[in-house]
Amino acid sequence: MSRLSLRGLTKAYGKLTVVDHINLTLVEGEFVSLLGPSGCGKTTTLRMIAGFVEPTAGTVEMGGKIISAPGAVMPPERRQMSMIFQSYAIWPNMTVEENVAFGLKLRKLPAEEVRRRVAEILGVVQMGHLAGRYPAELSGGQQQRVALARAIVVKPDVLLLDEPLSNLDANLREEMRFEIRRVHDEFRITTVYVTHDQAEAMATSDRIAVMNAGRIEQVDAPHLLYTRPRTRFVASFIGRTNLLEARLENGDIRCDGFAMKALQLDPAMGGANRPILLSVRPQSIGLHCGRPGNGDGRPVIPGVIAQRVFLGETWDYVIQPAGSDMRLRVTAPPLQVHEVGDPVWMQLDPAQVAIVE
Amino acid sequence: MTNSATALREPATGSAGRRTGLLGRLRQVEPVALVWLVLVLLLLFLVVAPLAKLFMVSFETQDTGAFTLSNYLTAYGRARYLDALVNSLILGLTSATISVVLAVPMAWAVSRTDMPGKGITWAVVLGAFVMPPYLGAIGWILLAGPNSGVVNQLWRAITGAEGAFFNVYSFEGLSLVIALHSFPLVFIFVKAALDLVSSEMEDAANILGAGTWTAMRKVSLPLVWPSILGAFIIVFLETIALFGTPAIIGIPARINVVTTQLWQFFEYPVRVEVAAAYAMPLLLITIGMIVVQKLMLARKGFVSQTGKGGERRVIKLGPWRWALFGWCACVGALSVAMPLLILVQASFAKAWGRGVSLDNFTLRNYQLLLFEHEMAMTSIWNTIWFSAAAATLAVLIALLVAYIVNRRLVPFGEALGFLAMAPFVIPGIVMAIGFYAAYASPPLALYGTAAIIIFAFTARFLPIAYANSSAAIRAVHPEMEEAARILGSGRLHAISRVTAPLIKKALLGGWLIVFIVASRELSAAIFLVGPRTRTMSVLLYDLSEAGNFEVLAAFGGLLLLITLVFVAIGMKLVGRDFMLRRS
Repeated sequence: MSRLSLRGLTKAYGKLTVVDHINLTLVEGEFVSLLGPSGCGKTTTLRMIAGFVEPTAGTVEMGGKIISAPGAVMPPERRQMSMIFQSYAIWPNMTVEENVAFGLKLRKLPAEEVRRRVAEILGVVQMGHLAGRYPAELSGGQQQRVALARAIVVKPDVLLLDEPLSNLDANLREEMRFEIRRVHDEFRITTVYVTHDQAEAMATSDRIAVMNAGRIEQVDAPHLLYTRPRTRFVASFIGRTNLLEARLENGDIRCDGFAMKALQLDPAMGGANRPILLSVRPQSIGLHCGRPGNGDGRPVIPGVIAQRVFLGETWDYVIQPAGSDMRLRVTAPPLQVHEVGDPVWMQLDPAQVAIVE
Repeated sequence: MTNSATALREPATGSAGRRTGLLGRLRQVEPVALVWLVLVLLLLFLVVAPLAKLFMVSFETQDTGAFTLSNYLTAYGRARYLDALVNSLILGLTSATISVVLAVPMAWAVSRTDMPGKGITWAVVLGAFVMPPYLGAIGWILLAGPNSGVVNQLWRAITGAEGAFFNVYSFEGLSLVIALHSFPLVFIFVKAALDLVSSEMEDAANILGAGTWTAMRKVSLPLVWPSILGAFIIVFLETIALFGTPAIIGIPARINVVTTQLWQFFEYPVRVEVAAAYAMPLLLITIGMIVVQKLMLARKGFVSQTGKGGERRVIKLGPWRWALFGWCACVGALSVAMPLLILVQASFAKAWGRGVSLDNFTLRNYQLLLFEHEMAMTSIWNTIWFSAAAATLAVLIALLVAYIVNRRLVPFGEALGFLAMAPFVIPGIVMAIGFYAAYASPPLALYGTAAIIIFAFTARFLPIAYANSSAAIRAVHPEMEEAARILGSGRLHAISRVTAPLIKKALLGGWLIVFIVASRELSAAIFLVGPRTRTMSVLLYDLSEAGNFEVLAAFGGLLLLITLVFVAIGMKLVGRDFMLRRS
């Protein structure tokens, strides 16, 4: 059953369209990330869902009822949602306990139950021993946990997170990522998570909506976004990749210096001859000192090492294919050492090549 | 992203699926729009109307109201009036220069060096800031009057000379007394800027071979140059708009300046039209200079506001730190200790010239003021309640405007903020004449009422309250309120539960500052008081004209006592530096 639906949601400030016809549906208990570079409209989208911003066009529906439309916005306080803000917005004039109890008291729960649920949720986020503290006495990570507790203690219909980890240091960020997912697995609250950090989105989400310039480019499970990107933006934004211009000709894919059967990439591939774009991940390319056989249909491309960087876990090579101006990035294990200028042979695995456009 | 103005247009019913009609929308807009409308009317009444009236009156013939240029001809037609203009400008430049010379070494010493006695220096600055300027002036008359001034008597006794060592009734005397009151402004500006200069800036100069002195001269001071210049302009403007000190010292010394000349236009028969015309240069110079100052301080990159970019160490001065301390002590003695001591002495003396002795001691002066004087107690009460009313009104208006502007609740909210800040560029004396022109006579006929003084004080100090409220509201992240709303509280509930407790203290600080500056305001009050609405500052001026210095000193002591009580309350509740923070 769909819990939250955005239909043609649009927001324009004057002539500037920040969010452009977004369609997205979340099922009950789903965790979806809005992922994109800064300025892509993801926060505005979230604030429209929360009711802080009125849409210019389109609607937000919850449980089948329209809660946002141009000129008719249900105020945030009646939406049964929760939100975690980038600044945490922990009220400094209240203790941890008072912060968490705020929403429960507004729901006029009996004092005894408020106390019980606050204690319970503080236990879940491992903050029980700091209930009497004021926010100024907490570290950034602890404040984040209070924000999380305050948002989920009211058992909201929808939980919204606006870049909640961007103010934390790297280690804490990784820890809180798993924390957020763990809490989600425990309570299964329908969640919309806004972030510009793909690792964060990958670690937490059931599905990721990649946004660019106010539009959603692709919505998919994390591993599908990586292996089957459908637009140039998604292919280059999620992970690193080599984008190759190619042509589809009578069931063959032809590129500078090599060719493959289209069927090897995608059984459903076909249709008219046209230019296409291939995405080849650096680690999917095999690297050889001598020419390997290509009996299994894997195309082989000769080239020369143009640059290299050793990153500890991998070598990062930039290779110039013979007779071409292209530059391909290839990663290789630490023991596979090639000097700059060495001739090498690259072998592609068609199963790991994605047709982008 | 910004919290858009549209968030207000929420249907009260919550059935958002149905589009609310135009009427429904209007109903939604009403509360905020009403507040907005009331604020606009209030600001028009307090700020725009008096200024507009002042401008119009300057082109009107008295009685008939016909258009004329003769007011300007009268105002600038006599050499004496033009001299006053020139005197004001020279006085402003001189006092501002002396203030900078006094304060910059102090600011550098407190901000960057290991000079001892920084606490005392702070106390000196605060003391000079709190002391009403006209009280300092009276103190200096007692100290350096040509004949009976204590300093000059000592000088004659020691050297056997005939004349005076330093005559306060002179241009130099007037400039120095004003500067001794104004230097805290320079100190606050420059210290705030120096606090932002990272030690690494100086280290970089040191490593290239510059000593402490060279590093300060070539690096630190140039970095804060815009602040020094900005403070210079502020002191200059304060000086040319100052009434009390020039009236108390300048009139006996026959030094006529713009403000005292304006006062003379108000002597019988009152010539408001001419005064209005004559006030125009003061207004234009102030507006122009403030614009220049804003432009100068807006030049980022020059001011090294790197914030926390680097640690700050104190510079070790060696024996020189005592020289700097001596300088600070000297300024403290001249600006606070000496005038204050002589005032206290005089207030308990039968005849202040006879010095400190038991047979000269009396409580008669205080007794006279507290129990017998017909106006003293009334004026104390007036001062307290006028100031409290003005402070309350100013903070209330400022808070509403600041909230509406910062949360962008209405389109063109910035216009409200602009109006609230506008009195900043209007000298108090000009504002008072504007209020007189607009509201003294019918239809409102407010002359001699408490209302006209309270309104004038409110308008005059609205910018202080606005800067304060705006800073307080900006310090509360909008997400604080939004977090409450998404959990189920309405806008008003969120404001009362979250925003209000967070800004309470800052608002109290703002209220106290407005109260304190209002309680000693002279230039705006003196044009507007009637027989029953005299404030302490005006009564002090009256007493100074009568020349009874013992009673005058006692009354000054009472005013200072009231001020100190409120300063102490502020320090206790808001923080030690609540008056000297630069917002």
